[in-house]
Amino acid sequence: MTGMAPAFPAIRKALPQIGALAVVLLANWLVFPGFFDIRLQDGRLFGSVVDVFVRGAPVALLALGMTLVIATKGIDLSVGAVMAIAGAVAASMTNAGHGLPLTILAAIGVGLVCGLWNGMLVALLRIQPIVATLILMVAGRGIAQLITEGQIITFVDPALIFLAGGSFLSIPMPVVLVILMFVLTLLLVRATALGLMIEAIGVNLLSSAYSGVNTKVVLIAVYGWAGICAAVAGLVVAADIHGADANNAGLWLELDAILASVIGGTSLLGGRFNITLALLGALIIQAMNTGILLSGFRPEFNLVVKALVVLAVLLFQSPQLMGMLRVTFRRAPK
Amino acid sequence: MTETGRKAVLKASGLSKFFPGVRALDKVDFELAEGEIHALLGENGAGKSTLIKLVTGVYGRDEGTIQLAGEEVDPKDTTDAQRLGIGTVYQEVNLLPNLSVAENLFLGRQPMRFGLVDRKAMKARAKALLAEYNLHLDPAEPLSRFSVAVQQIIAIARAVDLSGRVLILDEPTASLDAGEVQVLFRIMRRLRDRGMGVVFVTHFLDQVYEVSDRITVLRNGRLVGTRETAELPRLELVSMMLGRELSAEALHRGGRREVAGEPLVSFKGFGKNRYVEPFDLEIRRGEVVGMAGLLGSGRTETAKLAFGIEQADSGEARVEGHPVKLQSPRDAIRLRFGYCPEDRKTEGIVGELSVRENIILALQARRGWLKPLPRREQEEIAGRYIKLLGIKTPDAERSIQFLSGGNQQKALLARWLATDPEFLILDEPTRGIDVGAHAEIIRLIERLCDDGLALLVISSEIEEIVSYSDRVVVLRDRRHVGSLSGDEVAMEPIMQTIAGA
Amino acid sequence: MNQRTFPLFVTAAVFALAYAFCLSRFPAFASTRVFANLLTDNAFLGIVAVGMTFVIISGGIDLSVGSVIAFTGVFLAIMIERVHVNPWLAFVMILIIAALFGAGMGAIIHFLRMPPFIVTLAGMFLARGMSFVLTADSIPINHPLYAQLNELVIRLPGGGRLTLIAVVMLLVFAGGIVLAHFTRFGSYVYALGGNRTSAELMGVPVASATIRIYVLSSVLAAVSGIVFSLYTSAGYSLAATGVELDTIAAVIIGGTLLTGGSGYVIGTFVGILIQGLIQTYITFDGTLSSWWTKIAIGILLFAFIALQRVVTMAWPMRRVQAA
Repeated sequence: MTGMAPAFPAIRKALPQIGALAVVLLANWLVFPGFFDIRLQDGRLFGSVVDVFVRGAPVALLALGMTLVIATKGIDLSVGAVMAIAGAVAASMTNAGHGLPLTILAAIGVGLVCGLWNGMLVALLRIQPIVATLILMVAGRGIAQLITEGQIITFVDPALIFLAGGSFLSIPMPVVLVILMFVLTLLLVRATALGLMIEAIGVNLLSSAYSGVNTKVVLIAVYGWAGICAAVAGLVVAADIHGADANNAGLWLELDAILASVIGGTSLLGGRFNITLALLGALIIQAMNTGILLSGFRPEFNLVVKALVVLAVLLFQSPQLMGMLRVTFRRAPK
Repeated sequence: MTETGRKAVLKASGLSKFFPGVRALDKVDFELAEGEIHALLGENGAGKSTLIKLVTGVYGRDEGTIQLAGEEVDPKDTTDAQRLGIGTVYQEVNLLPNLSVAENLFLGRQPMRFGLVDRKAMKARAKALLAEYNLHLDPAEPLSRFSVAVQQIIAIARAVDLSGRVLILDEPTASLDAGEVQVLFRIMRRLRDRGMGVVFVTHFLDQVYEVSDRITVLRNGRLVGTRETAELPRLELVSMMLGRELSAEALHRGGRREVAGEPLVSFKGFGKNRYVEPFDLEIRRGEVVGMAGLLGSGRTETAKLAFGIEQADSGEARVEGHPVKLQSPRDAIRLRFGYCPEDRKTEGIVGELSVRENIILALQARRGWLKPLPRREQEEIAGRYIKLLGIKTPDAERSIQFLSGGNQQKALLARWLATDPEFLILDEPTRGIDVGAHAEIIRLIERLCDDGLALLVISSEIEEIVSYSDRVVVLRDRRHVGSLSGDEVAMEPIMQTIAGA
Repeated sequence: MNQRTFPLFVTAAVFALAYAFCLSRFPAFASTRVFANLLTDNAFLGIVAVGMTFVIISGGIDLSVGSVIAFTGVFLAIMIERVHVNPWLAFVMILIIAALFGAGMGAIIHFLRMPPFIVTLAGMFLARGMSFVLTADSIPINHPLYAQLNELVIRLPGGGRLTLIAVVMLLVFAGGIVLAHFTRFGSYVYALGGNRTSAELMGVPVASATIRIYVLSSVLAAVSGIVFSLYTSAGYSLAATGVELDTIAAVIIGGTLLTGGSGYVIGTFVGILIQGLIQTYITFDGTLSSWWTKIAIGILLFAFIALQRVVTMAWPMRRVQAA
């Protein structure tokens, strides 16, 4: 019992997200009774619910980095384009005959460089994050196409394809990668003082700087990490389709990642963040996607649902509206 | 009718305004006569800006009435106040630098022709209007091309053109040079002679005596008094502004000491162009140096230079005799400096974070992000200082924004004490703090000094400075104008130095 | 030249240099035909960019415009081809719908104090999603009016054909210039982008101005959608993806300050021409690939954003002192 106690506040904080996920999963189960069926085939788990985790992996990976960026009161619009670049790099490296370690290293390295570029524009040139990352969002796909020379580069290297199609202890690789990156991110921010500094910068940049926090280095590091996360997501997507599609890889996923972070309770105004909840947010988004597919609606219907979710979260996070409601409710008993 | 026989154009009676936990304005009466320049004085937090905001409808008042030329009015917002006849020009010129001069003058009421803005007519009218102020410029140019002084006059022209009965000038001279101030005064006098009531908020005493007819002083949200300028000696004015009824308990101190020995920190010819004139300053271990001066005299600016927030462009800083680099707060913290800023909310606390996190922030920042303080140690440090300083909070995990001002201040002190500092700069450590906590903070300052810290303390309250300082530095007009020690550390000499009399 | 007009001069200089370069490589650039095609091909982009210019000058951003263009196309196709509504009536209907859509976004931005970026993001999802709900197919529009309108051209000396949609774009730009500089609304837009608090203190009706700005942007996006449907003679829910980015890029390259408060509609026009020029050059060249367009635009974007930083630092606004 005493061992349980510390876990309670954490769970209570996550209740809205857990509840939302449960509702969506339940709805999926209602429209598709076989939703929770899981089977083991060739040493890999299959089933609709497993699919939610696998399909949700790219957004989940992006959300890890995006949450940190948003916590600093920033935003990174370029992650979708960075995914495309990383995928293109991986595809051309593997086709040039390089081994998997070097391929992965190159892709992640490129992602890191992209992230550092964003970070320097934000921290050193002090350009607003939305503007700074817009540059790479526009140019990034061009760069990816430059690498792929406008083609969709396909590859057959089983080692690279394994990143999406393979499994480890029966768990599909994309999920394994999410868990790996999640643990790494958690270590990065919570086993060091980085998390505290990120939150301090997001809440009050000036106070943090006056307290001696190296705000520039922290900001650059955070955008760098977002670039790495985007590169891993790009690898997963490329491995999944056995190729690099510079035009469509990661298209609009930056918006889903922002949405996942916001559903996970990170405010767009910066401050407290919770990457576990951001992962739940990514799962909720994917569960909705899957549910709409299963229920026979066109997948594009998703966008309407997503718009409503954004609107709901906006209303929920608006101090103005909450203030108005509080006043109304206080007056009501009179 | 006022007691001076002139007709009152603006009369506020018993105005009060409460904010959560603060009485920003407490039953203040204020009266402005037709054809007078009326100076409104008081230190930060005295209630000047609250009074202005109530009169101009920015805030709704909680008590009291406002009469304009004998009729009760209730301005709902600034536009409404303008329509009634009350115009305001703020210190940070509240115009739009990206628009043209003419657009700034006529925004929202541009002359129209065939349903479109008649730019030619607007330009001509702007030219004519500004000519009344001896300002001859091209109104089509963007406002940002002109000096602050010209912008100020344009703002006045707009306010007078819009309202015409009462003009409130909120620190209009703060960034003008002497010649520009004279131009502004000529305009103010001309408006007065036309019968307007002009309220002049400033903290430059010379200017008050030069241009104003009457003076009203506020302190801590209350009215101290309204006097004819000609009949109010300078020294008395300063004491009206700065005096404060501190409890006897807060003020006892075991005598002043001459602290000997080598200075811990010394600045020589330290200064920054257009910021603070070069100054010399030495602080020894176990010594409290008080910094006195009116608002805007360069107190906070000195502190920010000394902590590396602003970079000095002349002189050098030494610690224990060795020249040191002081380019950023991080440099200062490495030298074991600490700084509790005046503006706690925007420069001090990290609102959403917990008391514990706020307390360990500077220590953690100095250790670097790779060496996190273990949670247990953080809790131990936070708990120790919460107890030591008597920070009233349910627990260390409470968000610091929910604490009272005094407790936030103590937590900020704890942030620096946790770094084991040698030199602490406290900028207005007792501002906005209730009486009980006030005495505690003063007690604390004395204790820190006894522990061997070097302290530089800025305060608007002279009695307070006298109570704990071993030496006092006085600033005026961004210059260090005097250093008092021994028996000179007393109300009278300090006020005289401030007043420049 | 001052802080406001300097970026505009740079934009004009970039265009002049780029045009001179194109001309030196391909003399055909001097022909009215190339120039008229440049206008026709970028007509829909230009129209929507006028609205975006107002939004960005006011300190906001509108991510929904591409989706509104697509929705307009799909809506018109359905109305004209399936419901058999008179095209003119369909045009009026979509303009009203777009106006309400923009008003909704503007109201949320103003009254809930939400960042325009996230509100218009929801608008982007909503408009794109609704067009998919209508249909996921590409529906050709074969109404005779479309053919008639597309045949309306002004023949220029030298073989150029100034199409109706190019003329519409030029008219929208002319209207935008009048709106920006000769109406009170225009001055409110600049005032909001300069400093919202000051604007409010100076009596600018902030709520109605904000709502009208987003109405303008959405309505122009719908006009652009009409033009786009004339241009392609079809409605397709996947059309015009990424147009919001091209539009924002054109506005910035046109010298408008992304942080608001400064910019010119005419600059946006030049920005559109620069983008069009890059595309036309790449088509003429034949050996260069299309992705160079994106990279070139990205580089220009960076150059202009960096330029704006330098300009705002070199012409410093007065620092607001703590009271």
